Amino acid sequence: MSAATTQTTAVGRFKGHGKTWLWVGLVVVALALPWVFFNYQTGRHSGFVLTMLSQAGMMILFALSYNMLMGQAGLLSFGHAVFFGLGGFSTIHFLRAAGNGTLPVPMELMPLLGGLSSLGFGMVFGAMVSKQRATAFAMITMGIGELVGASAIMFHSFFGGEGGVNADRMIERSLFGVNYASPVQVYYLIVAWTVIGVVGMLFLTRTPLGAMANACRDNFERAQFMGYDPRRVRFFQFALAGGFAGIGGALHAITYEIVTFDAVGAGLSANAVLMAYIGGSGTFYGPILGAVLITLMQSGVSLMSNSWLIYVGVMFIGIVAFAPGGLAGMIEIHGPIARAGRLTRLIVPYIRLFFPAFAVLIGFIGLVELMSFLTIGAAQGKTLELFGNKIDVKAALPWLVSLGCLVPGGLWLWFESRAFGRVWDRLTEDLKERDR
Amino acid sequence: MSLSTTTAAVSLRDVRKNFGPAEIIRGVNLDIREGERHAMIGPNGAGKTTCFNLISGRFPITSGGISLHGERIDGLAPQEINRKGLSRSFQITSIFHRMSVFENIRCALLWAHDYRYSFWSPLWRQKRLNEEAERLLDDLNLLSRRDLQAGLLSYADQRALEIGITIAGGATVILLDEPTAGMSHSETEYAIALIRRVTEGKTLLMVEHDMRVVFDLADTITVLVYGEVIASGPPAEIRANRAVQEAYLGALDE
Amino acid sequence: MEIVLISLLNGFVYGMLLFMLASGLTLIFSMMGVLNFAHASIYMLGAYAAFDVTRLIGFWAALIVAPVLCGAIGAAIEIYGLRRVHHNGHIAELLFTFGLFFIFERGVQMIWGMLPVPYRVPPLLDFALFRVYGSNFPAYRGFMLLISGGMLLSIWLLLTRTRIGLIIQAALTHPNMVSSLGHNVPRVFTTVFAGGCFLAGLAGVIGGNYQITEPTMASALGPIVFVVVVFGGLGSLMGCFIASIIMGMIQTFSVIIDGSIADLVKGFGVSIPSDNLLGEILNVPGSRVGPLLPYALMILMLLVRPRGLMGNRDT
Repeated sequence: MSAATTQTTAVGRFKGHGKTWLWVGLVVVALALPWVFFNYQTGRHSGFVLTMLSQAGMMILFALSYNMLMGQAGLLSFGHAVFFGLGGFSTIHFLRAAGNGTLPVPMELMPLLGGLSSLGFGMVFGAMVSKQRATAFAMITMGIGELVGASAIMFHSFFGGEGGVNADRMIERSLFGVNYASPVQVYYLIVAWTVIGVVGMLFLTRTPLGAMANACRDNFERAQFMGYDPRRVRFFQFALAGGFAGIGGALHAITYEIVTFDAVGAGLSANAVLMAYIGGSGTFYGPILGAVLITLMQSGVSLMSNSWLIYVGVMFIGIVAFAPGGLAGMIEIHGPIARAGRLTRLIVPYIRLFFPAFAVLIGFIGLVELMSFLTIGAAQGKTLELFGNKIDVKAALPWLVSLGCLVPGGLWLWFESRAFGRVWDRLTEDLKERDR
Repeated sequence: MSLSTTTAAVSLRDVRKNFGPAEIIRGVNLDIREGERHAMIGPNGAGKTTCFNLISGRFPITSGGISLHGERIDGLAPQEINRKGLSRSFQITSIFHRMSVFENIRCALLWAHDYRYSFWSPLWRQKRLNEEAERLLDDLNLLSRRDLQAGLLSYADQRALEIGITIAGGATVILLDEPTAGMSHSETEYAIALIRRVTEGKTLLMVEHDMRVVFDLADTITVLVYGEVIASGPPAEIRANRAVQEAYLGALDE
Repeated sequence: MEIVLISLLNGFVYGMLLFMLASGLTLIFSMMGVLNFAHASIYMLGAYAAFDVTRLIGFWAALIVAPVLCGAIGAAIEIYGLRRVHHNGHIAELLFTFGLFFIFERGVQMIWGMLPVPYRVPPLLDFALFRVYGSNFPAYRGFMLLISGGMLLSIWLLLTRTRIGLIIQAALTHPNMVSSLGHNVPRVFTTVFAGGCFLAGLAGVIGGNYQITEPTMASALGPIVFVVVVFGGLGSLMGCFIASIIMGMIQTFSVIIDGSIADLVKGFGVSIPSDNLLGEILNVPGSRVGPLLPYALMILMLLVRPRGLMGNRDT
């Protein structure tokens, strides 16, 4: 038995190192990405890519901080944008103060100030919500979200009303002598603070508070009989999650130099739920996947189509129904098979799954796009184009092609997924057999 | 064995509990001496688990008084009672299903090690804490399943973990609610040995249905019927008590 | 004075509309523990379906077809969706309906476009029922009261006089007990869910032309309906009714209050400038605070009395 123990710890240690290198590699990729899309002819960065990457950084912080509640503490909040947005509004005011010289804080520390402001707001609202859990918690956070969202439109002195508040990020005060005039400089500030935030939140999961947040999620009553007050645990977790969201909001303020009521709104709060859940709330890294994916979809797909919400909605429902662990959960279940070195056995089944799934995807997207161009597109005077060819959305052919992909593809997918299920079951059976 | 001191470890004075119009606990008086192993028995619905819930602060009492080492604890929240040195287990296994076995035990140690709500101490560097958790796991014979998700443990192992979580915090008064419920014969044997081992030198109050366990383990037995104590005393005395035989034991012996 | 009377009437009409939505939601929530996020989406769907049916056949057909359609959609959601995620707990069910909300919103935009559709009050009911102090009370609002009142009566009869009603009542207060009585719980759930969606659809038919039938109507009304359910309390239709009427009154009465707290203190010779956030809050006229009040009330309610107005257990 002791041999088995040492073996598992050895594997664990190896895995731990692998993970560290993966994290480092991701940071390197994040640092290098702007240069991949650098246009060497004009000597300019791709503005679109930089905006998208910056947005992804903020959303990673936002989604991870949200998962401190949903995944780690089992608290479903519908008002998390409040802390993102309030962090953003605070930062805008700090920037203005720094701009006119009343606040001698360098740019690099602005996100810290934004985070601390949101931490403060998190403590105020945390005192109100920490009494609740489950559905009541969802409702009270939704109420706070709606309240703050409506206030943001109503009050001009702090929120700027419908127009929002803007500021100039060139405050001429920096630790490293950078003036943050170009987006790429801002992007590196975002990378730095995203890394700080991610490391901070990862650290929190390995502290007594993080452990007790998990404990209260699993069984709050038992936590009470161990000396802990679940309300206090919720309070600290909520306030800290707010603080990290505030860092994201501060980065938002610095990047766009304007914050509007959207930043505290219900839409962004809903986005937090989508990102964390689609990415996978059961693991630490899941929300990062979700944040990157949703940001890509939001800025990439919405360029081509205005139906991204329906794709996200369908994906979300599919994940709730079929893969509650999210994308990360789907990756994790391959873990035992990968460790046993059997992953290659899944290649062929996956390829067989790919073709019908692709057909279904094409058919579904086709129908959605045809539908939306028939109504919304027509109203906006847009036409559907595919590979440079105009497609008449009123003709029967494109509809038939889409349906032809969707329906037989769906049937085919159903057959293949059953076959895949059998292969999968056999593999996991084998593994169990081997463990015995 | 007679460690009897002037103040009892736990003492209930005329404790009553109503749920709506129904009186479930009807004036219970009970003293549990320091260091004794006390078993509470009685037919289903007698109010044994309710008694546990009242002592541990899960439900508020309707009237009367409960004290721990002479200090009133009724009206306190469960966590406050726990911090005064009373810990309990649950009849329905109550562990942290999605956390590893090791983390379950470590969480149970946190408050006793004075970490409170710390979000600044990295758990992996707390040598003393981790070593104690390992030692306890070894004691519970769960060390080989250290990194397994607690929800995936076998039933008997979950019960052992339940006991482990209960005693981990170093409470001096331990309440065990049917620790051997649903166990096979050999598992029960093992559980009794485990309970005996880990509650050494502590005050133990347990609810149990298995009479073998009760007479094997307990120094004192209290019989609760319809929310009232009908007898309390050493096992031999209880075995001989007519009222108990009529109300309870007789039916079981046949 | 006359404005009070008019507002009272309008508040009552709006409250009854809210109740049609909230009653179904409260039944579903209390029995199944599912906070149906897509409930207001069903309301929207009812309005759009009514618009189409009115165009094709007529309003009176829409009054029947649209709710039945919504009920069928509800049954399908329950059978093919919620039942599948049920074993993952209530939060998974809530999230499922949360996803549906997005799909419905976008789906409606795709089918009917982004702009409001011209769903109008039927000409037969488009006249002034009576005049109060010079203002007209439209007959359609009277008709809405009639429909919602009739619905209230039939729910009450259904719950107190029929077998399934008694089971539902039992399930409202003791959701875990019903299965032990040997009733087919999944079927009861489907019935209740479909029934709730039927009511939401009916509310859509009569509410769609009272308000505006547009893709944002679900996200505008949804949160208010949640507020009503939480405020009224779990498992209590009476609490739900009272909460609906209160919210309806708040929404209509706040519109007519022009004064702010600052105006109030001005009477005592104190003037509050509105150049900072606090001053601004105190200077906001009541008519603009109206939309905020329901949420403030809900938060207050959850803080002081988590089980709501007349609920029998915590939310």
